[in-house]
Amino acid sequence: MTDNNNNFKSSNSDLKIGVYVCHCGKNIAGVVDVDEVTEYAKKLPNVVIAKNYKFMCSKNGQQIIADDIKAGLINRVVVASCSPLMHEETFRRVLRENNLNEFYFEQANIREQASWVTLYDPKGATEIAKDHVQMSVAKVSNNLPLERQKLPITQEILVIGGGITGIFAALDLANKYKVYLVEKSPTIGGHMAQLDKTFPTMDCSACITTPKMVEVGRHPNIKLITYAEVTNVDLTVGNFKVQILQKAKKVNQDLCTGCGSCAEVCPVTTGNEFDLNMSHRGAVYIPFPQAVPSKYLIDSNACIECKLCEKACEVGAIDFSDKDKIIDIKVGAIIIATGYEPIDPSNLTQYGYHKYKNVITALEMERLLSSYGPTLGKIVRPSDHKPPKSMAFVQCVGSRDFHEGFNKYCSRVCCMYAIKQARQFKEKYPDAEVYIIYMDIRSFGKGYEEFYEIAAREYGIKFIRGRVGDVYEEIDKSLTLRVSDTFLGEIFELKVDLLVLSVGIKPSSDTIQIGRMLGVQQTEDGFLMEAHPKLRPVDSLSEGIFIAGTCQAPKDIPDSVAQAKAAASGADNFVSKGFVEIEPYYSYVLSYKCSGCKSCISVCPYNAISFNPIIKSSEINILKCKGCGTCMITCPSGAIEQNHFTYNQLTSEVESLFWD
Amino acid sequence: MSEVKKSNFEPKIIVFACNWCTYTGCDQAGRSRMQRPPNVRIIRHMCSGRIDPLNILYALKNGADGVIIGACHLGDCHYVSGNFKTVRRAALLKTYIEQLGYNPKRLQMWHISASEGAEFTEKIKEYINELKEIGPNPSKKILK
Repeated sequence: MTDNNNNFKSSNSDLKIGVYVCHCGKNIAGVVDVDEVTEYAKKLPNVVIAKNYKFMCSKNGQQIIADDIKAGLINRVVVASCSPLMHEETFRRVLRENNLNEFYFEQANIREQASWVTLYDPKGATEIAKDHVQMSVAKVSNNLPLERQKLPITQEILVIGGGITGIFAALDLANKYKVYLVEKSPTIGGHMAQLDKTFPTMDCSACITTPKMVEVGRHPNIKLITYAEVTNVDLTVGNFKVQILQKAKKVNQDLCTGCGSCAEVCPVTTGNEFDLNMSHRGAVYIPFPQAVPSKYLIDSNACIECKLCEKACEVGAIDFSDKDKIIDIKVGAIIIATGYEPIDPSNLTQYGYHKYKNVITALEMERLLSSYGPTLGKIVRPSDHKPPKSMAFVQCVGSRDFHEGFNKYCSRVCCMYAIKQARQFKEKYPDAEVYIIYMDIRSFGKGYEEFYEIAAREYGIKFIRGRVGDVYEEIDKSLTLRVSDTFLGEIFELKVDLLVLSVGIKPSSDTIQIGRMLGVQQTEDGFLMEAHPKLRPVDSLSEGIFIAGTCQAPKDIPDSVAQAKAAASGADNFVSKGFVEIEPYYSYVLSYKCSGCKSCISVCPYNAISFNPIIKSSEINILKCKGCGTCMITCPSGAIEQNHFTYNQLTSEVESLFWD
Repeated sequence: MSEVKKSNFEPKIIVFACNWCTYTGCDQAGRSRMQRPPNVRIIRHMCSGRIDPLNILYALKNGADGVIIGACHLGDCHYVSGNFKTVRRAALLKTYIEQLGYNPKRLQMWHISASEGAEFTEKIKEYINELKEIGPNPSKKILK
């Protein structure tokens, strides 16, 4: 490589770059030869100082940089450490506090992208580290001072999903902000409202959920929008414009008193989703007696428009002219709590779900146990409506399953709910036999192990470590399971009256759509991805958008509530600042170079570019620009530049790789 | 002889990664300690739509053995549609570098999401082997 090709290598007396190599304890220094990297950095153009230290992000580490800046030794900073996604902000703050423009900083990623991926090749890792330091030095030489813009944040918050997570997030925020709670179904409460009791304390689920639901319904600062879905979001940080589609309820919610005279006359019968279609409801209905809002609505798909309900309603609340309506709101932060759905075991043909009547899922069992369920709390076999004399639970149905279409992950709640249901069943029928056929019992939470111990010891529930290979139905509709006992290494047959499949949980079906709309990434298994698995568990990578509950990963109720509160605190923290600082990565047009071809206008996804006919040049609205830089590459005249990712900066990075 | 030469050759690969998917995915690979050979250098861009074709050509001209454009999956772009533009550009660029005499496999268009560190690692390993088959970038000889 000849020198004339890299003008960035030429020395510039104004530039004084300081390079700081972090050991990150043993994380980097255990693999990368930090001294070699430091020595290498010293020889790079315009580098005046190169040091290494155990933890650059620590107070002492930051002080080293601060001292050098204060002493006037350096005016550009490169820290070779972890990913910029982790600590860029930390080091920028050091520059800011020492009166150096924070954008005179670059971070070379030598942990996630060097030491950690080449643990057994110290030489190779050192080479990567050197190259990454070199690239950052080249880039920082071309960095320009920038100012962040400050935009006011709307002091309102949107919570998507009205399950237990959404309810707690909304309640925590509502004393300070106006909160919109959007729920897809006609009532809030989510899956928790369907449960009978909760492990390990055996609290009645409804007794602890419904007061919170009522509180949400009554709270003056919470605007509850049920039977509605978010259809569009304009992702302006701090000022999200959200479009919500609320389906027609055809019952005037202000007039309806919830008396139920309409439901009495409705001639339609259709499956009640709340009871998983194990009971019936009319076309005009209330999902369950404790629903919030406690108002009736008409299911347009089931309604035959006989209008008997219209005559029966004394307050005249029935309104067949009601149409779907669009609600536009503007909020400062969004919490996603869209929850989960149980997986459908029909495809796991060995268990015979849907084929045999007496095979049910655990959520169906939960409805059977519930005192306001289809059987009013009596456990019966679906085939003959008689109490079962024996029952088996099969664990890990669709979880920890490497077959195509099923989940590799552990759903975390199934062991505990199966033990809970088994105990509840034993309480009602002490003489019945209950088996739990498991792979591993994972009772990890507070009081969970004790709960499991008691189930085995005092309740006499039989735990069999094994797998069920096949299920046959006998003439009397009872079931024979072929079980392989993995402790004894034996295969045997087990006859039971009722089989409960402990199905796993997966993200609810609209998670993909919501994630895409809000720019939140999904992990491989479909759950929404947090910004950092340990340190930012409820933040998404998009500022102002938070995730909580089972849309993030399978978890039980205490964990969901904990996340709800964490997300609420995150959203509060974000909104209460009052303004948002936007990274100044926007693009701008060098109008003297613009030829007026307008190519940039067509590629901008945010309509941020317009053409100014007076100066015959494109112009970029920096408030709309999100800083992707696509226009810059599209411009055939090179008339557009993107802040902090300028042509010079990135080109010098590439060129630096070929310096030697 | 040529066999021995081939096995000694370690290709230099440059990844032009978008900040939101591939760069984060590479970080995730690191956090999960997924091991890969040290042939990869990653350059962070905000969006794959910002990846400059001139820089790709520069890298190839100066002896990079492989260049990867790392973008979000189609439909997942953080900036709505930047990666669609990149996909089209990449297809054109491939034709172009072939006309310049490079093996078109030296340019790759990958969609790696933020959670696909494992996939990235697997693909990189395969790609390194593929590049070892193809041999060093012909520009290197000319430059010497």
